[in-house]
Amino acid sequence: MTYAEAVRDALAVALEQDPSVIVYGLGAPDPKGVFGTTLGLQQRFGQDRVFDMPTAENAMTGVGIGAALGGLRPVLTHQRLDFALLSLDQIINNAAKWRFMFGGRRGVPLTIRMILGRGWGQGPTHSQNLQAVFAHIPGLCVVSPATPADAKGLLLSAIFGEDPVIFLEHRWLHGARGETPAGDHRVPIGRAHQLRQGGDVTVVASSILSLEALQAVDHVAAQGVACDLIDLRSIRPLDWEAIETSVQRTGRLLVLDPGHETGGVAGEIIARLTTRCWGHLRAPPRRLAMPDAPESTSPALTQGYHVRAEHIATAIGELLGLQLESASLSRRSHPHDVPGAEFQGPF
Amino acid sequence: MVHPLDPGVSRRILRDMIRIRAVEEAIADRYAEQKMRCPTHLSIGQEGPAAAAGAVLDGQDLAVSGHRAHAHYLAKGGDLPAMIAEIYGKATGCSRGNGGSMHLVDEAVGFMGSTAIVGGTVPVGVGLALSLAIARKPGLVCIFIGDAVLETGVFYESAGFAAVRKLPVLFVCENNLYSVYSPLDVRQPAGRALAGVAAALGLGSSSGDGNDPQAAYSLLRTAADRVRSGAGPQFVELATYRWREHCGPMFDNELGYRTESEFLAWKARDPIPRLRQSLLSDGVIDAVWLAAVHDEIQAEIDAAFTFAEASPFPESSLASADIYSREMAPFP
Ligand SMILES: Cc1ncc(C[n+]2csc(CCOP(=O)(O)OP(=O)(O)O)c2C)c(N)n1
Ligand SMILES: [Mg+2]
Repeated sequence: MTYAEAVRDALAVALEQDPSVIVYGLGAPDPKGVFGTTLGLQQRFGQDRVFDMPTAENAMTGVGIGAALGGLRPVLTHQRLDFALLSLDQIINNAAKWRFMFGGRRGVPLTIRMILGRGWGQGPTHSQNLQAVFAHIPGLCVVSPATPADAKGLLLSAIFGEDPVIFLEHRWLHGARGETPAGDHRVPIGRAHQLRQGGDVTVVASSILSLEALQAVDHVAAQGVACDLIDLRSIRPLDWEAIETSVQRTGRLLVLDPGHETGGVAGEIIARLTTRCWGHLRAPPRRLAMPDAPESTSPALTQGYHVRAEHIATAIGELLGLQLESASLSRRSHPHDVPGAEFQGPF
Repeated sequence: MVHPLDPGVSRRILRDMIRIRAVEEAIADRYAEQKMRCPTHLSIGQEGPAAAAGAVLDGQDLAVSGHRAHAHYLAKGGDLPAMIAEIYGKATGCSRGNGGSMHLVDEAVGFMGSTAIVGGTVPVGVGLALSLAIARKPGLVCIFIGDAVLETGVFYESAGFAAVRKLPVLFVCENNLYSVYSPLDVRQPAGRALAGVAAALGLGSSSGDGNDPQAAYSLLRTAADRVRSGAGPQFVELATYRWREHCGPMFDNELGYRTESEFLAWKARDPIPRLRQSLLSDGVIDAVWLAAVHDEIQAEIDAAFTFAEASPFPESSLASADIYSREMAPFP
């Protein structure tokens, strides 16, 4: 199934299994069903449990917190992460801290889906990946699955866990296909997934960059370079052990970050790994991140803005002091600002 | 008070509506060429409030708006070629290509910016009004909003401050019944009038038919006069209807979130023929005037698209420009 279908499947499984699960957000029951991820759920589970909301992100987040304290397991959906920024107060001051500030009495099992926009001129306020902002906050979990199976498994773990979870889902992944286990499939939060094994370089990725990295890693494998590719899946808590074990073997680390470079998650990973694996490192660690610039609407200014397979392959070569062929990865049959040739705008 | 339209004003409103419709239809016709690569929200069907507001605002007045802003920008006198070039992502666009359809600006005519986050410019408009008040400058700030803005917290916070300080703010609320595909009844309790909410907040408030440009002008004119006389912020709710899909060039009634009969009933209340007929029968305009207006507008639109298409894209170095002032130079 597709990633979007896997998200919908997870929501259906949760709604079916536990009457305390509710699903809401702008457009949740509308005819497009949030890119297909909520289609049909209101018809199946009723208007009490699956519903639209006013354009009131901060209040509706607080409502979710209160509902969670009252025993529900709410899933709130935002069509863009950028809209969720209006709810930073409720997320950071209430959801993240409730357990702590009341002496551990009770947590907030609230799941907040945020869709990451990209391309077709989404521009400065419809395309931000601010995973680092959320990952900075003690008390929040942040997950960013790359595959349909992980989307389903992490969403179910988020819904049935006891902590607030920011669930980041990339708009360009919604159409991606993959094997997805049926039923109540769970993926533990905080556990990375190793997508490729190889001793030369450790590549750490997440979300859509895991797919770009997969392409790059397979491309350089054909040139004799074998990489460990670690798909983080969870940004916080982060699977330090998986990265450390790998870096101890490879001595070379490349971290991919779908957020801005300064203050980003890649910087945090490199700082920790450098501190802990200093003796094992054979080259300075590297990162590839979004530039420290907002994303322009003009298609002319988004060429090269996002990290793509060709950049990753080149960086792997540089870590090894090798000139690897990577240019062929940049030949695509569709423009750079759409996920595939079939995309005609406007979303 | 009813403000009868004087011939000059009524011709201006009709011309602006015809012009806005023609621009939006030209965008819709060419969108499939895939050269306008950004989310684009058209105002076809709801030109009435924008054109009436444009006729009420003076050169010294300021305006801000949201995601559906083409009509507001044009009615305020915004530069057409710069808007089209912006939608094409060109260096000659009003935001040098960085903003696209949802980020229009033309400070020369007082259009101070439209942004994409619902409610985002409401406090900004109030702040502009504060700056006018403190500097004792004449003029007012027109804040264009949709019905969904009355769901945002920031509207209430901003309206409260504007009322406390009696700031020169004119809220123009286009109530087109929908927020994307969501009807009002999942967003507001039954029977609640948006204008009533505004009144309860301490704003002078009125409401009327936005598709009757004469009525809309009269309401807006009365409200603007009150603002100018120092009576504090005013709110005008105008009923209207978007014909095309929420975002993009197509019709979308087949999705089923609204009925074909509702759409047809609103189409029958098209603001353009309504005013045109009334002005023709009053002898304020004639067929010759209409033909000339049509030709002028068509030529202007053709020129704007030619300009946009011929304009260069921004240099790639600009991807990291304009983030800080020069003194705050970016990271090495
Ligand atoms: C804070 C925020 N939440 C959600 C959105 C998504 N969104 C874009 S336009 C829109 C509808 C706004 O409706 P309304 O104000 O009535 O304007 P209309 O589109 O009808 O002109 C929504 C919800 C957004 N841009 N910002
Ligand atoms: Mg509306």
